[in-house]
Amino acid sequence: MVNGKLLTVSASPHVRSVQTTTKIMLDVIIALLPALAVSVVAFGPRVLLVCAVSVTCAILAEYASRKIMKRSTTIGDLSAIVTGLLVAFNMPSTIPFWMVGLGSIIAIVVVKQFFGGIGQNFANPAIVARIVLLLSFGAEMTSWVKPLTWKVDAVSTATTLASLKTGVTENLPSFGDMFLGMRAGCLGETCAAALIIGGIYLCIKKVIKPIIPLTYIGTVAVIMLLKSHGNLNFVAYELLSGGLLLGAIFMATDYSTSPINTKGKVIFGIGCGIITALIRMFASMTEGVSFAILIMNLLVPYIEKATTPKPFGTPKKEKKEAAKA
Amino acid sequence: MAKKIAGVLTAVKKVRGGAKVPHRKNTAETEIVRIPTPSKVVIPMSMHIGAPCEPVVKVGDEVAVGQLIGDSDKFVSAPIHATVSGKVVEVGNVKLPNGTLSQAVTIESDGEMRLWDGIKPPKVETREDLIKAVRDSGLVGLGGAGFPTHVKLNFPPEKNIDTLVINAAECEPYITVDYRECIENSWDILSGVYTLKDILGFKQVIIAVEDNKPEAFKVLKAIADNKVDVKDEVKLMTLESKYPQGAEKMMVQSATGRQVPPGKLPADVGCVVMNVASVAFIARYLKTGKPLVSRSLTVDGSAIAQPKNVRVPIGTNIGEIIDFCGGFGEEPCKIITGGPMMGLSIVGTDLPVLKQNNAILAFSKSDAVLKPEKDCIRCGKCAAVCPMSLVPTNIVKAVKAKDVDMLNKVGVMVCMECGSCAFACPAGKPLVQHMRLAKSILREEAKK
Repeated sequence: MVNGKLLTVSASPHVRSVQTTTKIMLDVIIALLPALAVSVVAFGPRVLLVCAVSVTCAILAEYASRKIMKRSTTIGDLSAIVTGLLVAFNMPSTIPFWMVGLGSIIAIVVVKQFFGGIGQNFANPAIVARIVLLLSFGAEMTSWVKPLTWKVDAVSTATTLASLKTGVTENLPSFGDMFLGMRAGCLGETCAAALIIGGIYLCIKKVIKPIIPLTYIGTVAVIMLLKSHGNLNFVAYELLSGGLLLGAIFMATDYSTSPINTKGKVIFGIGCGIITALIRMFASMTEGVSFAILIMNLLVPYIEKATTPKPFGTPKKEKKEAAKA
Repeated sequence: MAKKIAGVLTAVKKVRGGAKVPHRKNTAETEIVRIPTPSKVVIPMSMHIGAPCEPVVKVGDEVAVGQLIGDSDKFVSAPIHATVSGKVVEVGNVKLPNGTLSQAVTIESDGEMRLWDGIKPPKVETREDLIKAVRDSGLVGLGGAGFPTHVKLNFPPEKNIDTLVINAAECEPYITVDYRECIENSWDILSGVYTLKDILGFKQVIIAVEDNKPEAFKVLKAIADNKVDVKDEVKLMTLESKYPQGAEKMMVQSATGRQVPPGKLPADVGCVVMNVASVAFIARYLKTGKPLVSRSLTVDGSAIAQPKNVRVPIGTNIGEIIDFCGGFGEEPCKIITGGPMMGLSIVGTDLPVLKQNNAILAFSKSDAVLKPEKDCIRCGKCAAVCPMSLVPTNIVKAVKAKDVDMLNKVGVMVCMECGSCAFACPAGKPLVQHMRLAKSILREEAKK
């Protein structure tokens, strides 16, 4: 009590960092904007509508499900916007609006809120939404637009990965086009340059560590290099195709569904890389990023268990014994 | 102040994790000033880790500065001395800053600060002499923990203690009294170091300073380099400025590369760590025989009108010290003793200063209100900054589930509650509270 007024009494520490959940989510949204901008140029203004529908549905679904479950409102942390954007990024620009809306609702309600909300989901919400939609509506999920024409053209717009798989390489876009996102694909995944800029921004802002993206992409590169007997051209196309960069930078680094410590992150990244490469090489699907991340998401608890560091000063012998036990 | 020092011995092994806390060393260039003699001091009988002292004076006794007023026959304890001259007006219970009750002797000052006649420099030739002298001086670790120094120095010879580490890291924000000690009393520090090295037989002495205090480093290095005797070799080391660099286990690792195992002390890896102000005090005590009756404090924070470094008699009322620093410039919302990372928030200013307090900080509302608690997003920042390699978010889960098996596995007992995790947490989780809860669950379980 000072001058008749009660003082605040609390446990230490009495200073806190300026970082908050909302600021982290805002940084992720900022990091996604370059890719969105390129997408609008490549695939037309419909991209913006798809994103708007997706984000709106995500926010409404989060608000409604929290209300119904009588829990606190959490839309202020902006995480629903991130999920909504990522769902949209995993759709072709031609997707019917109700479908992308459904995807957002699945992501938020089924994957995120049913398991306890932010930080509790066992799998990446946007990945699950993409997989559910892909398995349910195969045709709509793979109807691509030819870049800059803003028109659907099924013949000339097979994705690069499909062409690579069938060995039809005459119609492949140039490296420059691939890098700048002038290729067929989901609306957020095509522009490597924009995604890498976003990733660098997140690393500088210390929102993510570059470990998972680097090990993930690196593993795919090494496997593809071995497969093609050192054909760097092929490796480069593989890395720039499909959803690898979007997945590695923005989806595999999701906090809730990736390991916390460095060793775990390395194992997670390598695992994602191996599964992605295996699916691309041997499965009937052309793209394996979503499934790779989903499978590794499910393995995170085991990876965590195996890689949690021992407390400071634990003697080396005990460390080995603990590892055995 | 944040300039790096080039071309000097830096940490042997860097500390993992650590939080980049703001420095806010606003009072670094403010000389320590003595406050006017307080009209009254309240001297608690428990200002150290270990057995409390019993008062050896009674109401009505005339006492002088440095006269023994409390002692204990237990080994882990430190005697307590009168800090002003005057009359004992009360012997009874008072509330300490941490909320516990302790016996205390209240002395009304006669304003003369008369020294006790019995004060004379101790004769120190052997190890036993030194331990006894340090005990008689009433010294406890001045860095904050308050562990009786004579206990720390009385290590058994079979422990093979070879290294003395002098801790001048001062990694807590705001606090600058150790820095001022380095600048103003640098000769005392070195003289204390030489005596300890000589009598206790340390093979090496390392003085470690964080690299945001180049002035302190320069001053100490100049003296250390000017040694007359080869046996007075002292190493100066700069450490990265990050919190909690000054924690004992971190300090030992940075200075020597040795890791103190869980549940062990620095002595178990051959080291003794002492605060820089403690070692300077030993040198002064050996010269004058005047026991620990006053200490330096940083008084700062957004609600303090004139932040200062002050030297105060132990037992001085905190409110009186704040008044000396111009009172409150803004309305205080939270007042803490110690640093903002590990300090104790107190309920009012009518409390005495203890031997181990190194700061009084008062914050206005904008600094006192912390971000609201949200759900954990598993970002892993708590684990990344934990200097003890713990994963705080997993510990929280185990606490919430009251899962004793899990708590035993996560190693929470090595947590020193430095607060780095709670500082870094973007969701504003009170992680230190959860760590304390975890420890108390395990202690309860051990009793069963």
